[in-house]
Amino acid sequence: MSSTLSNAVRPDDGVDPTMRPGRLRPRRDAQAPARRGRLGPALLILPALALALGIFAYPLAESMWRSIADPQPGVQNYQWFAASAANWAVLGRTLWVAFLSAVICLALAYPYAYFMTISGPRLRTALIVIVLIPFWTSLMIRSFAWIILLQDTGLANQVLSWMGLGPFHLIRNTTGILIGMVQVLLPFMVLPLYSAMKNVDLRLVQAAASLGARPIVAFTRVFVPLAMPGVVSGSLLVFIQALGFYITPALLGSPSQMLISQYIYVQVNGQLQWGRGSVLGVLLLVATLLLLGLLALLMRKSRRAAGDEGGLL
Amino acid sequence: MKHAAPTRTLLALYTAMVAFVLIAPTVVVIPLSFTDKASLTFPPSGWSTRWYENFFNDPAWTAAFGNSLTVALIVTVVATAAGTAAAVGVSKWSRKRMAKAAQMFLLAPIVVPSIILAIGVYAIFLRLQLLGTLPGFVLAHSVLAVPFVLVSVSAALAGFDDRLTTAAASLGADRWTTFRRVMLPLILPGVVSGALFAFVTSFDEVVLSIFIKSPYLETLPVKMYASVTRDTDPTIAAAATMIMLLTTVIIAVGLLSMRRKKIA
Repeated sequence: MSSTLSNAVRPDDGVDPTMRPGRLRPRRDAQAPARRGRLGPALLILPALALALGIFAYPLAESMWRSIADPQPGVQNYQWFAASAANWAVLGRTLWVAFLSAVICLALAYPYAYFMTISGPRLRTALIVIVLIPFWTSLMIRSFAWIILLQDTGLANQVLSWMGLGPFHLIRNTTGILIGMVQVLLPFMVLPLYSAMKNVDLRLVQAAASLGARPIVAFTRVFVPLAMPGVVSGSLLVFIQALGFYITPALLGSPSQMLISQYIYVQVNGQLQWGRGSVLGVLLLVATLLLLGLLALLMRKSRRAAGDEGGLL
Repeated sequence: MKHAAPTRTLLALYTAMVAFVLIAPTVVVIPLSFTDKASLTFPPSGWSTRWYENFFNDPAWTAAFGNSLTVALIVTVVATAAGTAAAVGVSKWSRKRMAKAAQMFLLAPIVVPSIILAIGVYAIFLRLQLLGTLPGFVLAHSVLAVPFVLVSVSAALAGFDDRLTTAAASLGADRWTTFRRVMLPLILPGVVSGALFAFVTSFDEVVLSIFIKSPYLETLPVKMYASVTRDTDPTIAAAATMIMLLTTVIIAVGLLSMRRKKIA
């Protein structure tokens, strides 16, 4: 801190160039600072805003427009989607895979996060670092690594065959997608769970135990309900992201069991059906935004109930 | 809370298993890159560095690597400048509701599924002939990188005492001087970590890049994606190991520089 401050003030150099008398003149226009004070900050946002408008909002709006305008105006693209059972199958499969990802993540993350709350500071730091490692390993690399581990002759199947099982087909199907997705999405479950659990006052559980509740009862009746906000926001976060995954399903899944994001790619890049691809995009976007809205609402509610603003999320 | 020993042991075992799942795919790539066979079998039966030689002798790989570095460095500069300015603007704008709305809008690109953004950007770049160009990659990656800078600089600004700028102004410093000499040094950790995030975001970006690449210009993750889907050659493991090394070094440097700032 002191070094940054002394950098800013620089007591060591006799006359600070920015503090020359010339700069000390009173401002010519006393009104100017106030006016700039109102507009100046808004101007600072402009470059980022221009970028987001041009490369984010506009492309998205055009894409939505295309769903009712390509190849000709009308709702034919939506009719195409509604009419085909294959389309509904893709949508259903996407929702199902996202749901399963959330459930599996929860099953893996709940004990992990709980163990974080009851372990000492050193172990806890190590466990947080382990959760964060996937964040700085690229998605490409991890999907690639799963291909190696899960292929028919891979390590997973070797281990299984030593145990007298298998061989199983672990990639190019929904199993592969799930394994890959769960690994990628686990941090998004662990972090909200942990931030909810660390706010639970463990004395409440002790109090329940001292009143005669068996440990399992004290845990399920006192701890679990108090940590529930973390379960809800973690599950929604995982579910939302799983809906829009592209790389993992494309590499670990099968072309015959596509998820919606791969289907969008096929429609736009393979078949040049921009309108149809856009309809799928609109569906995915609407689902994502609705769930995000729900998540924001629930988080605000639980935050208000807890009366705090902190936490990892 | 106290737990019976068996419960605790079970919990610890389960946690270890989950930790293994989290780390396994990161670790497996490294030994694989040193295999002597031309196949992706793990664990490798013998060792060599031939896949690294292959990487550096293949112009397609080195060009992709160079492109990735160039794009990521420019994106870091663009996104850090735009994101820091936006964060300062949001925090100082007196109309709080507008500022909040602007911030939400600027964060939106990272919540929207990238495949949707990708088809939109693809269509526009197709029309503007920006596919497979350096400006195209920089623009597309910057949109995804700005939110990370905005978040981390905003967090740093939350701990910034606004009276310091008033003090500097009352001593006669103009706005730019106040920013450069007073505010920037204090929010620097946030700016630095934002810049690191921006670099890594661009360097790792795949989905948008797959759409906006051309045979003449592609980035390393795009080349890897093509390589995974087409051929099974351990060169990709060498590439992956080097990417991991690079990102780890960048993040470690960032963390260390921030820690030094905090201690000093």
